[in-house]
Amino acid sequence: MGSRLALDDGVYLRNSVQTAAKILVVGHFAVGKTTFIGTMSEIPPLRTEEVMTQAGAGIDDLKGVPGKTTTTVAMDFGRLTLSEKLVLYLFGTPGQQRFVQVWEDMTRGALGALVLVDPERLADSFPVMDLVEQYGIPYAIGVNRFDGTPAHSVEEIREALDLLPETPVVTCDVRDQRSSADSLIVLVRYLQSRLN
Amino acid sequence: MTPSDEPELEHEAAELVRPYVITNGRELPDDSDLSLITLVTVHQNPPRTKPLDPEKLRVMELCSGGFLSVAEIAGHTRLPVGVAKILVSDLTEEGHLCTRAPIPSAQLVDRQILEEVLNGLQARFG
Repeated sequence: MGSRLALDDGVYLRNSVQTAAKILVVGHFAVGKTTFIGTMSEIPPLRTEEVMTQAGAGIDDLKGVPGKTTTTVAMDFGRLTLSEKLVLYLFGTPGQQRFVQVWEDMTRGALGALVLVDPERLADSFPVMDLVEQYGIPYAIGVNRFDGTPAHSVEEIREALDLLPETPVVTCDVRDQRSSADSLIVLVRYLQSRLN
Repeated sequence: MTPSDEPELEHEAAELVRPYVITNGRELPDDSDLSLITLVTVHQNPPRTKPLDPEKLRVMELCSGGFLSVAEIAGHTRLPVGVAKILVSDLTEEGHLCTRAPIPSAQLVDRQILEEVLNGLQARFG
């Protein structure tokens, strides 16, 4: 096929993989979503863009209208092959209300969400938590430990975010693979408990 | 923490009108079940057709190496997700690509998958 876009073997999934699952990593701007995904992913994280058009505007309207602008929303994601048959994708999802188009696509088929919060900017997490709850996605809270920030107790964070008693809150360092994996394990255990 | 690497730096992108030319202005069929994590690869016995458009050819070349998700195809080709989905949908319909559909979401939150995810995470990082 001439010039090849096909990439190194490591880029592709094993042929035995049958099932793809998805967990969302959500949070406000600069909370550490991209770092978390980079820490956990087995491939260099990829970025995709979705073009947002104005509500109700047909695609054809864009043709030949040079003055018209659209907005792109970028999402980062990574991949973790968890067994011969199963691959898990982690999608970093922007938390702004106006990106509902992206949210509908992202949330479809998601197992759950890890909501990353910055203990010093808890109020910034309210819009994304509204979205997660609006879409009915079960979630756990990952409190990203930033350097030099004073520790808030889990109780204080729970109260500030007005969490249900069963919602897990776990502290994590998004730069650390073990710590980040632990927060995913806490989330998955919680998702399991909801089935019982 | 490097805020600059955060993804949601939205920008005005008048130049992105062009991708819609790639899809001839069409949208994804309503009954399409393609998702971001639908797994895709080239068909073993592709049909003989007229030469493919350059963008479709790029997708075919990328997919010739093995299975990738729709999101990864968009990421590697730098096509917007919506455009990549339309190209994959077309190529699948024409018999060039085949897909492994993700399990329907109704069954997704299912004990077995959560257990496999948990076991996998613990085996790798526990």
